[in-house]
Formats: sequence, C-alpha cells, structure tokens
Amino acid sequence: MNAAYWLPVIFAGLMGLAMLVYVVLDGFDLGVGLLLPLADDAGKDRMVASIGPFWDANETWLVLGAGLLLVAFPMAHGVVFGALYIPVLLMLVGLILRGVAFDFRVKARDPHRPWWNAIFAFGSSLASLAQGVMLGRYLTGFADGLLPWLFALLVGAGLTAAYALLGACWLIMKTEGALQKQALGWARRSVPGAGLAVLLVSIVTPLANPAIAGKWFALPQLFLLLPLPLGTLALFVVQWLALPRLARRQAAGNDSYCWLPFATTVGMVLLAFWGLAYSVFPQVIPGRMDIWQAASDPEALWIMLWGALLVLPCIIGYTAFAYRVFWGKTGTLRYQ
Amino acid sequence: MELDALALARAQFAANISFHILFPSINIALAWVLLFFKLRYLRTGRQAWMDAYGFWVKIFALSFALGVVSGVTMSFQFGTNWPGYMQTVGNIAGPLLAYEILTAFFLEAGFLGIMLFGRSRVSERVHTLATLLVAFGNSLSAFWIIALNSWMQTPAGFVMQGGRAHVTSWLQVIFNPSMPYRLTHMLLASGLTVAFLVAGLSAYRLLKADRSAGNAVALKTGVWLAALLIPLQILAGDAHGLNTMAHQPAKLAAIEGVWHTERGAPLLLFALPNADTQSNDYALGIPRLASLIIKHDPDGEIRGLNEFAEHPPVAKVFWSFRVMVGVGVLMLLASWLTAWQLRRRDAAGLDRRLLYVLVGMTFAGWVATLAGWYVTEIGRQPWLVTGVLTTAQAAGAATGSMVAGSLLTYLALYAGLLLAYISVLFHLASKAAGQADTAVELKEVQA
Ligand code: HDD
Ligand code: HEM
Ligand code: HEM
Repeated sequence: MNAAYWLPVIFAGLMGLAMLVYVVLDGFDLGVGLLLPLADDAGKDRMVASIGPFWDANETWLVLGAGLLLVAFPMAHGVVFGALYIPVLLMLVGLILRGVAFDFRVKARDPHRPWWNAIFAFGSSLASLAQGVMLGRYLTGFADGLLPWLFALLVGAGLTAAYALLGACWLIMKTEGALQKQALGWARRSVPGAGLAVLLVSIVTPLANPAIAGKWFALPQLFLLLPLPLGTLALFVVQWLALPRLARRQAAGNDSYCWLPFATTVGMVLLAFWGLAYSVFPQVIPGRMDIWQAASDPEALWIMLWGALLVLPCIIGYTAFAYRVFWGKTGTLRYQ
Repeated sequence: MELDALALARAQFAANISFHILFPSINIALAWVLLFFKLRYLRTGRQAWMDAYGFWVKIFALSFALGVVSGVTMSFQFGTNWPGYMQTVGNIAGPLLAYEILTAFFLEAGFLGIMLFGRSRVSERVHTLATLLVAFGNSLSAFWIIALNSWMQTPAGFVMQGGRAHVTSWLQVIFNPSMPYRLTHMLLASGLTVAFLVAGLSAYRLLKADRSAGNAVALKTGVWLAALLIPLQILAGDAHGLNTMAHQPAKLAAIEGVWHTERGAPLLLFALPNADTQSNDYALGIPRLASLIIKHDPDGEIRGLNEFAEHPPVAKVFWSFRVMVGVGVLMLLASWLTAWQLRRRDAAGLDRRLLYVLVGMTFAGWVATLAGWYVTEIGRQPWLVTGVLTTAQAAGAATGSMVAGSLLTYLALYAGLLLAYISVLFHLASKAAGQADTAVELKEVQA
C-alpha cells in the first residue's frame, strides 16, 4: 500500500478525532450555556465559572476539525460548507454571541447583565441546534426536500438534548450544594431526550441512506457491530439507575461517584460517534465523494503529518495540565 | 435582480477580516505588555504594577474572546467563499494554516485559562510562564498568517504543474521577499495600537480624577512605548515601500498616484485620482520628493500605471495610504510631545489638552492598521495570488442573495459588538477611576 492510499486515511482519522474531542469538550460548555436560564443568579455565576478557563481551548478543536477538512480534503470543504451555508452561518452567529457574552456579562454595566445572560443562552442554543442540523444534512448527503430537512431538524434537537445532558453531568461533577442538586434534576430530564435522539437517528439514518443500511445489515458485520447499540443501551441503563441514587447520596452530603454521569455520557458519545464514523467511512461526502478523491496532494499531507505527530502530543499534554490546574469543585473566577 | 456574487463575497470577506484584525492587533502586543507589567511587579514589588496588570488583563480577556470568535468565522470563510483558492494553491496555504492551528492557536488557547484565572492555583513562576506562552502563541500565529499573506503578495519557492502550485522550497515560501517587511510592520502596528489604547484609556481615567499609581504607570508605559515604536514604524514603512517597488510596482504606482512613468515625481499630499482621464485632479504635491524617498535620487524614475496591463483601483489605494501615513505622523507628534512633558513632571501634571488628545487617539492604531491593510490588499488586485490566480477565478458558487443575507447578518452583528466593546472599555475605565477615587478618600479619612 502506498502513501497516496493511507495518508488520506490517517487524515480522515485525525479529522474524526478532532471532531470527537470537540463534541465532548465544547459539548459540555455549550450544554452549560443551554441550562443557564434555569439557575438563579448565584448559580449562573458558578456555572459560567465552571467553564471559564476551558471554553476557548475547547473551541480550538472545532478550528482544527474544520481546518483539517480545509487543508487535507479541500475538494470536499467547498462542497460541504457550500451546502451547509445557512446552518454554518447560524452556528457562527451562535458561537460569536456565546463567546462574547461570556466576557461581557461580568464587565458590562449591571443593568445590562441579564441581557448578556440571555444572549449567552441564546447563542449556545443556536450553535447546538445548528451543529445538529449540519450533522443531519450531512448524513443524508445534503438531499433536498421536506423529509431530509425534518430529519436534520430532528438531529438538531437530539444533539441539543445530548449537549444539555453533557452540561448537566459536567455540573454534577464540578459543583456542590444547591446547584449540584439542580444539575442532577436537569440531567434526569435530559436523558430521555438524548436517548430518543440516539434511537431515532439510528433508525432513520439507514432508512434515509441505503448505502449505510448496506454496511450495517449484512451478516458477518452485524455481529461485530452489535456491541455498539448494546453498549449504548447499557450506558443508558447505568445512567438511568445512577442519577436517582446520586441524588439521594447528594441529599445525605455524600459526593462520591459524582464523576460517574459525566463519564457515562462521554461513553455514549464515543459509541455514537464510532457508529457514525463506521457508517460514513471512507466517504467524505456520503454518496458523492470518497476521501481519496477529495484529498490534497501527498506532498502537502506529508508535511502536515509531521507537524501533527510532533505537536499533538504536546497539545494533549498541556491540555491535560490545564484541566489538572482547575481540577475539583469550581470556585469563583478571579483574574488575580 | 441578480446580485453580483463576486462583489458580495469580496465585501463579506473584507468585512470579516477587517473586524477580526481589530482584536489581534490589540492582543498580540497587549499580551507582551501584560507580561511586562507582571515582570516589573516581581522585580520591584510595587503594587502599582499589579494594579495595572489587574485592569488590563480584563481588557485582554474581552479582546481575546472577540479575537477568537471572529477568527473562527474566518476559518470557515476560506473554503466557502474561495474554493478556487485551495484548489490552486492548497499545497502551500494548507500546511501554513495547519501549522498555525497546531503550533499557535492551541498554545495560546491552552494557556489562556491559566493566565487569566489560575494565578491563585499555580506558582507565581508557572503563571508567568503561562503569560509568556500566551504572548508567544499570539505572535507565532501572526508569523504563520503573515507568511501566507505575504506569499500571496510576492509568491516564491514553487512551480506550477497541472494548474496546481507545488513547493520547491519551504524556506523560500515562508521567508518570501515581502514577508520580513510585512511581519515587522504588522508587529510594530500592533505595538502602536496597544500603546495608544493604553495611553488613551489611562488619560481618560486621569481626566476622571483617577490619581492611582497603577494608572500612572500604565499611562507612562503607553506613552513611552508609543514614542519608541513610532520612529521604528516609519523606518520600517519606508523599507516596506522600497520592497513593494521592487516586487509589486503597480501597487506602488497606485500608492503614489503616478499614472505615467516620470522622472522627478512629486510627493502628492492631496489629489483626486481620476481613472477616466488617467490623471490626478486638484493635485498638490512637493516637487521631486517621491523620487527622492523611493529612489533616493531627486530625478529618479518611477514607473507609472500606464506600464501595466492590469492595475489596482487607484483612488482607494492612494487614499488609504495617506490615512495610514497621516495617522503615523499624528502619532509621532502626540507621543513625543507627551513624552517630553513626562520627562519633567509626573502623569498627574500633564497638560489637560494633551490628555484630551490622547483620549481622542485611543483607537488611532485601529485606523492606521485597517488603512494599511487596505493598501496592501486592494493594491494586490486583480490578483489574489500575484501572477498565479485572480480573485475572480477563485470565487465560489454561493448565490448572490445568500451572500447578501449573510453579509447583512455579519454587519449588524459586528456593528453591535463594536459598540458594546468600546462602551464597555470606557465603562471599565470609569469604574476603575471611581474605585481609585474612593480608595484615596478612605486613606485620607484614615490618616
Ligand atoms: C497579524 C495577525 C493576524 C491576522 C492577519 C489574522 N489573524 Fe487570526 N488570530 C490572530 C492573529 C491574526 C491572533 C492574535 O493569534 C488571534 C486573535 C486573538 C486570538 O485569540 O488569537 C487570532 C485568532 C484566530 C482564530 C481563533 C483561534 C483560537 O481558537 O484560539 C482563528 C480560527 C483565526 N484567527 C483565523 C484567521 C484567518 C483564517 C485569518 C486570515 C484570513 C486570520 N486569522 C488573520
Ligand atoms: C488582517 C488584516 C487584513 C485586512 C484588513 C484585509 C482586508 C482585505 C480587503 C479589504 C480585501 C478586499 C480587497 C478587494 O476586493 O478590493 C481583502 C481580500 C482578501 N484577502 Fe485580505 N485582509 C487582511 C489579511 C488577510 C490575510 C492574512 C489573508 C490570507 C492569508 C487575506 C486573504 C485575502 C483573500 C483570500 C481575499 C479575497 C480576495 C479579494 O477579495 O480580493 N487577507 N482583504
Ligand atoms: C508613517 C509612515 C508609514 C509608512 C511609510 C508606511 C508604509 C507602508 C507601506 C508601503 C505599506 C504597503 C506595503 C505593501 O503592501 O506592499 C504599508 C502597509 C501597512 N501599514 Fe504602514 N506605513 C507607515 C505607518 C504605519 C502605521 C503608523 C501603522 C499602524 C499603526 C501602519 C500599519 C500598516 C499595516 C497593518 C499594513 C498592512 C500590512 C503590511 O503590508 O505590512 N503603518 N505601510
């Protein structure tokens, strides 16, 4: 096998990895934004403080994911983002509003504060919904018509519920007291929504895209793939059982296993992502273009691969360091 | 009515990058200034330096957020609006953008949290290191993107094969002929933008009766930085112009408003370049000075626009250049005058009229930086990559009405954010001045 074959495969993997890390990391902070209106003023400050040191670095994974699509698969980038022009615009507007409201809300005049809080929540919702719609449009190969758009909206709602769940679980882990109690309630209410979304996407995707159905429902694979849905189901059951128990312990002042819901949710995201990746690979635009047709010249891929191999371990190292520094329950955020 | 998609796409790109560059031009240098405040504090133990740090780090956090979100927008623009761009020069632009993301964006974003909120959680040394890494990451990202932009201006180190650019030497691609000049000029521009921002807001606080030591040290830092950098910037700009003459003579002719090749060309202070008559109306100039500056010879020959089959729109380039240089001259006057006064009195003793001038020039750096970029970018037209790819060839398939809608959305958003940003800056300054006031009163009461 030659470089022209496996370089695009490696880059597809890297791009997938970047998107996955993005969904988990920015997922929890967008989720916290979604939940913001439900908390009181002190709770709001604490919630924002819990994501303060991280959100910027989290968003950089989106820049990497979209950037890899641009630099490694330039032929696909124009088509994908051309077809997604409007949802991308809405996502960017959402991300802009969310990112700036974060800073403005503590720096603007006091009477303006509720406005910035509302903008923060609105931006988070818009970005989550738009990302889900992008995923939905992508999975149908940007098919036209009412049904594919309904499907995309459905995925949008589902991803939003999943982000809310991630955000609530993050808060269970990072906060204590009244806010933690509230977060446990939010998580319980998000589970059915997220579960329904995973179920519907799993059923509709193969129906909407016969090529994907062919990849799943053929005999030897089906058995190898069975752990994916079964694992997801198991994680949902764990989540469903764990949340009420944790709520009882929390009431008794016991905080052990507060990380469990977050870990479980991340597990679900991993499995769902793996399922999607299996459905799509090696296409870069379902039904239209595979990764080899879209890839840059090997010379450019080589030079980027060396850079990535050298730098990614450092990035992972200092990202882990940053999370360690802010380990444990969130305090108030202060610049000095 | 079918809207002109190409014109709209260009307007949209220009709007987005113009909004974006406002914040990098603050963040690049402000990060170093913050590091300076912190090092001075560690060195002298004076609380004033930490107070200055404490005030400006808030503004840094806000500007950084705006820089990040507008930058994310930029990274989606490249492919959507200019698909032909990556298809032709992707082998060069791709790796440069990838290295910017991998080496610079992650570095600055990764340590930003620790720099902003981590001081109580890590040792003083680690916190200083985080600040240094954020500053370094910011400048590194400028390095990569300016390398790419300069390559588009003065391409080198590649061959064209089958309609695609292939690299023959990465060193020549990165350190292409105009890159050292552009990077120096841009980094100095960022330094000046911050110097005037710091001086302007501090002067505003002083006018609001803020006598705190923290504000005084910030004011002095801003003024001295400005006074030091502006002569360097003028020298760098002059060298940059010579480089432009060598590599992009049509752009230079537009800058100088020279329609027909001439010897002993005047330096035009005012003129209305007229594309129909191929001449300048109402020209007012200093005889021979342009030849002297550019050729170092009063009778030197400057090639006119008539020698080029294609040349950029003249009036826009001509006037943008004069705005930039005009602001540069104002900067020289204002900073040297203030620095002169600061030699004999302290900040509180500064002439109030001078303080008003500084407040008026708070955003002078933005004006000059934007004007400078317009010279550079409009002066490159009709090329996107000089001699390789024209802007029209690179344009995408998005329909006019779609781009018009998104352009309006962005413009409304940016106008709102800019207004909020500037008013919050002055609000923070008044608030700090108010607090400093009560702190002084308290001390007096206690004494
Ligand atoms: C000379 C400086 C300069 C110029 C010309 C540009 N940028 Fe920029 N950019 C920066 C200097 C910078 C910076 C100083 O590094 C920023 C600003 C604030 C920040 O957080 O980083 C940044 C942020 C930034 C980000 C967010 C990074 C993050 O997540 O941390 C992206 C994606 C881009 N930029 C992309 C672009 C693109 C595609 C450009 C050109 C078309 C561009 N920038 C021009
Ligand atoms: C940061 C400051 C910058 C500013 C203010 C700026 C401004 C502009 C403006 C005004 C135009 C429109 C010119 C015209 O159509 O007449 C333009 C075009 C363009 N610039 Fe820049 N630019 C900047 C930096 C960059 C950088 C760093 C890059 C790439 C690495 C870049 C790439 C482009 C491209 C691809 C176009 C589109 C072609 C065009 O419309 O002419 N620019 N820019
Ligand atoms: C006063 C003397 C100055 C001179 C002679 C000068 C000269 C130049 C020239 C010739 C260019 C265009 C280069 C090209 O594209 O080929 C340029 C661009 C630019 N100028 Fe200036 N400049 C001066 C002052 C300033 C000031 C005060 C600032 C900002 C604070 C500034 C910021 C810029 C920027 C950001 C660019 C675009 C980036 C670049 O091409 O370097 N300039 N300048």
